[in-house]
Amino acid sequence: MSLFRKSRILVLALVVLLAFGALVGCSKGEETNNDVQDENNSQEENNNDNSNDSATGTVEIAGSTSVQPVAEAIAEAFMDKNSGVKVNIQGIGSSAGVKAAHNKTADIGTASRNLKTEEEGWGLTKHIIAYDGIAVVVHPSNGAIEDLTKEQVSKIFEGEITNWSEVGGNDAEIIVVSREAGSGTRGAFEEIMELEKEVDGKKVSAVTRDAIIAEGNGTVRQNVAQKENAIGYLSLAYLNDTVKPVEIDGTAPTVENILADKYPVSRPFLMLTNGDVTPEVQAYLDFVFSEEGQAKVAEEGAIPVK
Amino acid sequence: MEATELNNEYESRPNMSKSKWTEIWEKIVEIIFFLSACMAIVSIAIITFFIFIKGVPAIAEIGLFDFIFKTDWYPEAEILGIGAMIVASIYATLGSIIIGVPIGLLTAVFIAELAPDWMIKIIKPAVELLAGIPSVVYGFFGLVIIVPIIDRTFGGGGNGLLAAIIILSFMILPTIINISVTALKAVPREYKEGSLAMGASHIQTIFKVMIPAAKSGIFAAIILGIGRAIGETMAVILVAGNSIQIPFSILDRVRPMTAHIALEMSYAAPGLHENSLFATGVILFIFIMILNIVLNFITSKVGE
Repeated sequence: MSLFRKSRILVLALVVLLAFGALVGCSKGEETNNDVQDENNSQEENNNDNSNDSATGTVEIAGSTSVQPVAEAIAEAFMDKNSGVKVNIQGIGSSAGVKAAHNKTADIGTASRNLKTEEEGWGLTKHIIAYDGIAVVVHPSNGAIEDLTKEQVSKIFEGEITNWSEVGGNDAEIIVVSREAGSGTRGAFEEIMELEKEVDGKKVSAVTRDAIIAEGNGTVRQNVAQKENAIGYLSLAYLNDTVKPVEIDGTAPTVENILADKYPVSRPFLMLTNGDVTPEVQAYLDFVFSEEGQAKVAEEGAIPVK
Repeated sequence: MEATELNNEYESRPNMSKSKWTEIWEKIVEIIFFLSACMAIVSIAIITFFIFIKGVPAIAEIGLFDFIFKTDWYPEAEILGIGAMIVASIYATLGSIIIGVPIGLLTAVFIAELAPDWMIKIIKPAVELLAGIPSVVYGFFGLVIIVPIIDRTFGGGGNGLLAAIIILSFMILPTIINISVTALKAVPREYKEGSLAMGASHIQTIFKVMIPAAKSGIFAAIILGIGRAIGETMAVILVAGNSIQIPFSILDRVRPMTAHIALEMSYAAPGLHENSLFATGVILFIFIMILNIVLNFITSKVGE
């Protein structure tokens, strides 16, 4: 009997809990819905207001995941100063970012690579907000390898050169580490190193199929740091003591060399707009190129343009 | 049921309304149970619907044959074949079964039959703990311990099929051990006693009587182990190397289907590339469904 009582209490407690959970769940759902609606409403209102002047409203930014941290840091500082403006940033990749600017689903599209010829034809306004270098890295113990030519790097990643002895190193098989398809870093690296080939008349990546595919700059570094015979590439901001950057065509991957346009493997961080922009978008862009905005660029590990 | 009757007898006799209350209560509880059961069905229905609605059109566009058997994957040119990924998934799973099943089964026999009590008290919690370790931790362990060991022993970097197989065999051990132990313990005592009485040794009894008698449970354990191995993602991404190629050696780098979906999903542009990842999910889903059907078949037929 007491057993039954106990179980009844238990069930009761369970029911109360469930009911409560459902209630909370529902009300939460409604709340967020309302929030979203409110936001939409205020957005519309703001948009209407904005046709006049004054920086209030929203700025929608979408694109490269490499540009995202920079854009976010700048947006935070920007919103502190302009409390009326809300900046929303989405990381959807460079190609999607260019498209977003083109069909105006975002006010600003971002890309961490140069525009392709096809994209150049869309008539977008291009703002170079920063530069980033891509360092080619090897294991620190790989002493013989200090300097590679662009062509050698290209051949290594294509799988044509497979042994370090072919480029003046030890007799050991080269382990190539690359990034996942769609990554902006990979896109820029392949473009600069001309790692492209044609299949069925379409341009595709020519990186050897045997390459280790690592997810993100950090994992590339981890892989290269662990394997004596590995070679990989990563954004300059991710360089540390666990890997050794090699000189390309005799130039080291440093901020000075990139700004002097000497180091070949660098890429611009782009913000793209399409046609006339609203005052708040213009205010954001102005802020990006202000002293404070460019300081944020440097803080995030990219190279300021001013 | 018994509890209810008892309650009626003792508590409700002087007061009819109390038994009515109990009845209503029973109904409410029943409905709650029913709703809970519905949740599982509804979620599987939604998931299935969602994957198929996104994936099937992509398969239709690419062509089923091209999608499954072609080994070229160039999303930028919309050349999408997952043949290499399917092969990788099958190899990794097979390999982990080859290593994991014997170890798991022998461990199960040891726990169920041979081990003294004090040892069981150590082994069982250890196995349970093994089941509770998050898969990313297995993957990290693989990346910093197993991969360098393979690299030093065989060269070639260490990331690859072998590393994936080793990690997966660890991961399926708890499933195989726990279910096999239950199956072995469910074998009627008389079987064992009969065999021993006829003069068979303990080990003979285990292999000739106990394991055959528990075979439906052990098959179930293997099938569930396969399900775990083929569905594992995070641990595999970290150690498999993720190259899109058909492996010809156990040291070659591979990219199983799960790793493929997880790797590219965050970057896939909406459209055919993204939908082809859902389509990969459809293929994976079909693999799992086949496994479940086989499991049902085995538990219903072999058990007889």
